[in-house]
Amino acid sequence: MPVLTLEGISQEFGGLRALDGVNMVVEEGEIFGIIGPNGAGKTTLFNIITGIYVPSEGDLIFKERRINRMATHNIARLGIGRTFQNIRLFNKLSVLDNVRVGSHGISRSGFFKSLLGLPSMLREEKEIKSRAEELLELVGLYDKKMEYADNLAYGEQRRLEIARALALKPSLLLLDEPAAGMNSGEKVELMKLIEQIRQEMKLTILLVEHDMSLVMNICERIAVLDYGRKIAEGPPEEIKNDERVIQSYLGVGA
Amino acid sequence: MNGLDAAITQYIDPYYLRIMILLGINIILALGLNLITGVTGQLSMGHAGFMSIGAYTSAILSMQFGFSYLMALLAGAVVAAFFGFLIGIPTLRLEGDYLAMVTIGFAEIIRVFFLNFEPGGKAVGLSGIPQHTNFITVWLIALLIIALNTRLLKSRMGRAFYAIRENEIAAASTGIDTTRLKILAFTAGSFLGGLGGGLYSHYMYYINPQDFGFMKSIELLNMVILGGMGSIPGTILGSFILTLAPEMLRIVAEYRLLFYGALLVILMIFRPNGILGDVRIYDLKKRWGRKEVKTCQS
Repeated sequence: MPVLTLEGISQEFGGLRALDGVNMVVEEGEIFGIIGPNGAGKTTLFNIITGIYVPSEGDLIFKERRINRMATHNIARLGIGRTFQNIRLFNKLSVLDNVRVGSHGISRSGFFKSLLGLPSMLREEKEIKSRAEELLELVGLYDKKMEYADNLAYGEQRRLEIARALALKPSLLLLDEPAAGMNSGEKVELMKLIEQIRQEMKLTILLVEHDMSLVMNICERIAVLDYGRKIAEGPPEEIKNDERVIQSYLGVGA
Repeated sequence: MNGLDAAITQYIDPYYLRIMILLGINIILALGLNLITGVTGQLSMGHAGFMSIGAYTSAILSMQFGFSYLMALLAGAVVAAFFGFLIGIPTLRLEGDYLAMVTIGFAEIIRVFFLNFEPGGKAVGLSGIPQHTNFITVWLIALLIIALNTRLLKSRMGRAFYAIRENEIAAASTGIDTTRLKILAFTAGSFLGGLGGGLYSHYMYYINPQDFGFMKSIELLNMVILGGMGSIPGTILGSFILTLAPEMLRIVAEYRLLFYGALLVILMIFRPNGILGDVRIYDLKKRWGRKEVKTCQS
């Protein structure tokens, strides 16, 4: 069953056509990679899926529900979590609080409940905290849970973003260049982590990445964007040998 | 409670008592502004506007409509909150400097409105307001507000407010309705502004529109910034320093404002995040804990 379907998505910024009629179907449980040169429209695509941009044309369907024009927070509440290419953590909050904020969309204690500290709110707080701690164990940041987020190393910040996105209990996880700035050891760890969370949480993962070894290793299917157009789609082997992809992105000898 | 208050009035010098009452009122006002600017990160430079709405509303209600003290206070706070809600709507579109401009403009409109408002005595002001506010009422309310504020900021809602300040796009992508929460913060903050205004008018006996001018807004903003944006102990400390400083500086007479200004400059150079802006109880505990270990080893 398709989790996410993009039908003829186009996005224009002034005169610039950042995306041009992109069609894509992401199936349940798969790891789907999007690659392409800089400025090809990969992050724009993520911003459209998460409601930060409203597409100029086309339809966006998540689990049989049309979600274009939905607000970002409502899309998140449907179960789409994401990380950002340029890390966007809550810098002056603790690592633990970053993950706790992550579960905002699936918890419900409101203003007055919080003010009065009703038992149901306290119970929910406990759940939020224990789940956040579990997720921090998973990404290996439990020992740093009281640090400020901006005191973490770069690779740790990337993992914290993943933990925060998972706190939403998403069914679809969007990772925007999760390996950027990581060394090769960290990349191997990251691949293991992505594989593990997919298994344990039954997630569908859509990722944008420049690191070819990572993409080719863990993605089951890959779409290639160039100048806002999808120029190829298929399993890694096929993409590696695709004439157009080699020409525009991979380069000869890759 | 009246007996207790009588005892306090008897044993504490009226001058100090007055300062302590004004401190309590300033803490309530500053905590309201802290919620808007310190916690949620929406720069508001018109908090005195909400204060004046609360002050005039509650004063007029208790003088001319026979409202009881508490009802008048509550009504003043609710009316201020309503205006906070209205002014919160433009925050949908505006950020930072632009929002600051709107809030300054709003506070000026309120001030000019009361300058021309017949039931409020126009520029002459309103006098003969029953003096219900005393040490006990102010500090009971202040302690209640501090407790509720602490609870709120440690909850899911409080964390969401901080998240909006830290990164709005990331906040929205975790499911936070940033627009709704910004308006909520504005409404709650101006409720406290109105409450502080009501306490103020029922203590001062006389109010006039100039009491709630731009400088009052700046003074309240200074309390939040000086103490530490978003920190409740910080805001209380900021209120404490800025309420007491002008009094302590009476010894230097006409140079008072000069010293006041210098104090702000020096504090901002040495503690740019505010005095308690980046201090957490957790860090303090850890530091003290380490010291103990060291003494054991030596």
